[in-house]
Amino acid sequence: MKTADEIYELLKKEFGEAILSLDKETPVEPIISIAPLHTNKIALFLRDNEELKFDSLMCLSGVDDANGEKIKEEDGSETIKGGTLSVYYHLYSIPLKHKITLKASVPRENPEIESVESIWRTADWHEREAYDLIGIKFLNHPDLRRILMPYDWEAGHPLRKDYKNPEFYQGMKVPY
Amino acid sequence: MGLLDKEFSEDNIVIAKVDDLMNWARLSSIWQLGFGLACCAIEMMATSASHYDFDRFGVMPRNTPRQADAIIISGTVTLKMALRIKRLYEQMPDPKYIISMGSCSNCGGPYWEHGYHVLKGVDRVIPVDVYVPGCPPRPEALLEGLLKLQEKIRNESLRKKSA
Repeated sequence: MKTADEIYELLKKEFGEAILSLDKETPVEPIISIAPLHTNKIALFLRDNEELKFDSLMCLSGVDDANGEKIKEEDGSETIKGGTLSVYYHLYSIPLKHKITLKASVPRENPEIESVESIWRTADWHEREAYDLIGIKFLNHPDLRRILMPYDWEAGHPLRKDYKNPEFYQGMKVPY
Repeated sequence: MGLLDKEFSEDNIVIAKVDDLMNWARLSSIWQLGFGLACCAIEMMATSASHYDFDRFGVMPRNTPRQADAIIISGTVTLKMALRIKRLYEQMPDPKYIISMGSCSNCGGPYWEHGYHVLKGVDRVIPVDVYVPGCPPRPEALLEGLLKLQEKIRNESLRKKSA
């Protein structure tokens, strides 16, 4: 069983620059921030290292941080420019009984991150969901299609904070 | 309604209007499409089960729209599902009837404002005969909806489809 500090030190020693920070002030779990284009390598290390053995990805979620510049549109709505989207990984080690949360932030305008689907198969549909609802592109994902919204949905990604619902979809009126 | 009002007392002859006879036959064997969407479907299944026994009204589930007379829209209609519901409805033979069960399929229900993926009422894609309110409606409410539908069919005429 390892503490967040020990896990952070192990990662820092192995990956250096790609491990950004450790935040222990969060209300529930300590969070390690990592660089988005190294997630696959870090994930493989976390799973296969004898001292870590993170064999279970409990959850993978996409988040719109909405920390960019908010621009008021003429119709009263708001669009967000700049800032980040984030992916959170909740990991658990069944043999060693310890857990950790990882966070990788990507720029809103070019949200590209490495897929961890080949490391934890759980990530397959979770990444598709994050892509569908937030619009994060997972590089090297084998089947990055929408999972919940219709395949021909063109109005964007609904859980973004500046998302606007369309008037019509396939001839059906969408608003109440 | 008195289908047998004009029964001849001694012979095996019954005189009835074709309208009455057809309507009676239709309303007594409404075969529904075995089709459920969300939590309302659980109540619909409870209505079909032995305690409430939908079958005593001649309602039984069919597994293909080709053999179904009615479809009970039991649950939230998402935009993705709406297209499929429309296709199923088109595959059913006439005369066909629709019961919209529960707030979601009546008007969008709790998703009316922020449900980016929900169709705000199934009547935006197919014509509904009976609306059953509730979230979800109890089996008694669904049975009442069925009785209303039967009443509607009873007053139909061959010359003009009203339901």
